[in-house]
Amino acid sequence: MTLPASAAGAIAAIVIMALVTYLTRAGGVFAMSRVPIGPRIERFINAMAGSVLVAVITPMAIHGDWGARLALVATLMVMLTLQKPLPAITAGIVTAALWRLW
Amino acid sequence: MTSRSQGAQLDLAGTLVGIRRMAPLSLFVVVFGLAFGVAALSRGLSGLEAMLMSALVFAGASQFAALELWGPEIPLLPLIATTFAINARHLLMGAAIQPWLAHLPPGQRYGSVMLMSDSNWAMAAADHQKGETNIGMLVGGGIALWVTWLFGTLLGVVFGSGIQQPERFGLDVIMGCFLLSMLVGGRRDLSMLLPWGAAALAALAAMAWLPTHSHVIVGALAGGLAGMLLPPRKEGSP
Repeated sequence: MTLPASAAGAIAAIVIMALVTYLTRAGGVFAMSRVPIGPRIERFINAMAGSVLVAVITPMAIHGDWGARLALVATLMVMLTLQKPLPAITAGIVTAALWRLW
Repeated sequence: MTSRSQGAQLDLAGTLVGIRRMAPLSLFVVVFGLAFGVAALSRGLSGLEAMLMSALVFAGASQFAALELWGPEIPLLPLIATTFAINARHLLMGAAIQPWLAHLPPGQRYGSVMLMSDSNWAMAAADHQKGETNIGMLVGGGIALWVTWLFGTLLGVVFGSGIQQPERFGLDVIMGCFLLSMLVGGRRDLSMLLPWGAAALAALAAMAWLPTHSHVIVGALAGGLAGMLLPPRKEGSP
């Protein structure tokens, strides 16, 4: 099932995203007042949180051009050394721009 | 029922304190919002749609990931699954402060979690640990983050609309770099490498053999299952 990216379709998609996100914000509070979240579910959610990012990033690294790949490498390296997202993202953008300039 | 009551409360004064305590941090949020606005325009969203998404969804990583799915058609099931999987951490965050919020009237309880985001939750959870009864940090901090996120998105939309070829300036990689920095900046825990590896392999396999866009769901589930099968974490282990 797909929505067209017309104005109405895009707004519908955004509202759906907002509802799903609110469900996650309220859901933990709601569930915890009835059934506590067990350690297995907690491990599942914790592992899934990073895994979904991995699943989104991997195709970018595989199918992207060298500018995109090197940008990811630069971001990773700055992140591992400085632990600060803003310099890491900036390094990625600059790397891609320089690669394509060249 | 004065100072040492167990109950939590929400009032204007506490909310203002929360806004003030979050103010220095929320300046960074402007820059992330700017990046999102630029990225959204480069993926074909209108400025208004980008603003609407920041205002209603108010969850950066899932917004960036949604852009990846945006195209002439928006696949609904992958969009829902991706949004849920990225924001599922809210379930744990909400569960952690539920004993605190339980004392509030339901309207305030479910209203204040609308603004729950990583940094105001972290500061509010620390308040809760210290025995603070005022939940103003959660709500006020959330207001500060929401306003600056929206303002940053507006700047990005204004700035981004003047750029003809975003990829020339490397602006198309913002999404990937943002998500990667969130991934690496989260908890540093080597045991996560196994679920992440499973997620990467499953996503690649799904891209090769399963319908378009299914790789995000498949990767998230594979990683989650791998994480569930890991032995429970021992305190003090590396």
